[in-house]
Amino acid sequence: MKLLVPIKRVVDFTVKVRVKPDGSGVDLENVKMSMNPFDEIAVEEAIRLKERGLANEIIVVSLGPAACQETLRTALAMGADRAVLVETDAELEPLAVAKLLKQIVAKEEPQLVILGKQAIDDDSNQTGQMLAALLDWPQGTFASKLEIAEGKATVTREIDGGLETLELPLPAVITTDLRLNEPRYTSLPNIIKAKKRPLDTLKISDLQTDIAPRSKTQKVGAPQPRKAGIRVNSVEELVTKLREEAKVI
Amino acid sequence: MALLVLAEHDNATLKPATQNSVAAARKIGEKADTSEIHVLVIGHQAVPVAEAAARIEGVAKVILADEVELGPQTAEILTAQVLLQLQAEHYSHLLAPATTYGKNVLPRIAAKLDVQQISGIIDVLSPSTFVRPIYAGNALATVESIAGAIIVLTVLSTGFDASPLRETSAPIESAKELAKDSAGVRLVGRQLASSDKIELTAARVVVSGGRGLQKAENFQLLEALAAKLNAAVGASRAAVDAGFVPNDYQVGQTGKIVAPELYIAVGISGAIQHLAGMRDSKVIVAINKDPDAPIFQVADYGLVGDALEILPQLTAQL
Ligand SMILES: Cc1cc2nc3c(=O)[nH]c(=O)nc-3n(C[C@H](O)[C@H](O)[C@H](O)COP(=O)(O)OP(=O)(O)OC[C@H]3O[C@@H](n4cnc5c(N)ncnc54)[C@H](O)[C@@H]3O)c2cc1C
Ligand SMILES: Nc1ncnc2c1ncn2[C@@H]1O[C@H](COP(=O)(O)O)[C@@H](O)[C@H]1O
Repeated sequence: MKLLVPIKRVVDFTVKVRVKPDGSGVDLENVKMSMNPFDEIAVEEAIRLKERGLANEIIVVSLGPAACQETLRTALAMGADRAVLVETDAELEPLAVAKLLKQIVAKEEPQLVILGKQAIDDDSNQTGQMLAALLDWPQGTFASKLEIAEGKATVTREIDGGLETLELPLPAVITTDLRLNEPRYTSLPNIIKAKKRPLDTLKISDLQTDIAPRSKTQKVGAPQPRKAGIRVNSVEELVTKLREEAKVI
Repeated sequence: MALLVLAEHDNATLKPATQNSVAAARKIGEKADTSEIHVLVIGHQAVPVAEAAARIEGVAKVILADEVELGPQTAEILTAQVLLQLQAEHYSHLLAPATTYGKNVLPRIAAKLDVQQISGIIDVLSPSTFVRPIYAGNALATVESIAGAIIVLTVLSTGFDASPLRETSAPIESAKELAKDSAGVRLVGRQLASSDKIELTAARVVVSGGRGLQKAENFQLLEALAAKLNAAVGASRAAVDAGFVPNDYQVGQTGKIVAPELYIAVGISGAIQHLAGMRDSKVIVAINKDPDAPIFQVADYGLVGDALEILPQLTAQL
């Protein structure tokens, strides 16, 4: 079984981004970039499936600028077999990403696509569900446990209120939640080995799909800052403040 | 053309987030030439849900699709049923709560319609222009939908006060056609926390615990405080990962987003991802033994000290 794992290069999760004064976006100059954390979990899950003998090839794919090669190399160092970069400097909406991924799925014919549930930059939480729709495949989103057996995926999902378990016939789309696994670190020997693994580059035009934008970001602004608060010195003082000043209890 | 809101429910009760989505639809309606709002209830033996939805202020009609196959409410069957409704009547907008329910199904529908969904809106500027947080709420994007037959939105409850329930009811219609195809997906089961728990996203007061509470048993101190304040209990990711509390307690960028009147963060450091879920609370209290913890930068009232000592004192004084 082949596994496809789409990974996005995003601002590192430790960075607090700043909005550009002209409202055109956030400032990404000299900001640390990393693999989207949910996608690291997706890569890890794919590797574990392979280690358990349930898969034989893991293809990672990223859509974005040339710098995404670095992210793909990280995934190869973790244990992916092969990488595909769809190189573009264009801003892609989740629908466009899903359409391009659909073309890659048609070429590679994986049995399972594992994505992150959410990219921590756009916070869209859409691409996996959209890809499943376009492929007419079943979806198991926000997975915290995944089992594969007899042509079926059994997925435990994190939902409001608790957990839900679904059984999906393969091929299927899975998106990862935080509790699915803890991604491994890459070791130096594996990073060196990864340099020899294939990384193919495609252009958007190779994939022949309509990715005309359907939405437009007019402006990016900063949220209201919170006004500075105070320190209280005792529980008594806290209770008094909450009662008499804030009037919330 | 009307606006369609997909109701969130568990076949027995309507989830309050639906009322916030109706509120968003009303705000769009005020700015558009149409303001008729329909609510679609899809499930099995869900008549009480439809009755509750019919009482939401601003709702003109409820459509109930009720059938055993629809009971599990998987993304696949919900999508099929919503698409039938969109064929039966014309709608300008489709909305659902930005909860795990709406996040799961709405993008699937949007893709079928070749539409770019706008996720997690917190404000409506025009019938096609919306505000949504990005980068863990560190930026707010104004996004316009520029193409597509319909506008598809998920709604963050924190952005819109729930549309209230009224005495009178809107009419309830049965869906003319029912979806059958669940794409072979089978619901094996659900493990849900007891339903008497106060809903995090609807609570007036939230008390949340982090890794600083050190072990699951210590969450009882937080539960006791919550009981006194009639509060919902939340947590940081670290507390969930450590197994102190179930996953759906997680407040944050990738968990639940809350904005109560009062948020009390106990033993939580204040990582960007946590702040994303609570920074719009009206009053924030932080209790942490580290005077330099970043949570104090957003707190209206900060108390430095050991949570395990402070919590029982605080509960006793309320
Ligand atoms: C992709 C991604 C998504 C994430 N999503 C979320 C999310 O949605 N929500 C979320 O919360 N986090 C999220 N995180 C995790 C986030 O980055 C932090 O790791 C997490 O919020 C830390 O939790 P914490 O504050 O409980 O733990 P810590 O950062 O370990 O802080 C514990 C705090 O407790 C204090 N403390 C210790 N003992 C005591 C005591 N006895 N009394 C009082 N105080 C004490 C310490 O001083 C410290 O400040 C996410 C991370 C990633 C990478
Ligand atoms: N440009 C991209 N390249 C590769 N994968 C992506 C890209 N954008 C989104 N994805 C995948 O889709 C998931 C969800 O992203 P989003 O819908 O944008 O929140 C991510 O976790 C990735 O797995």
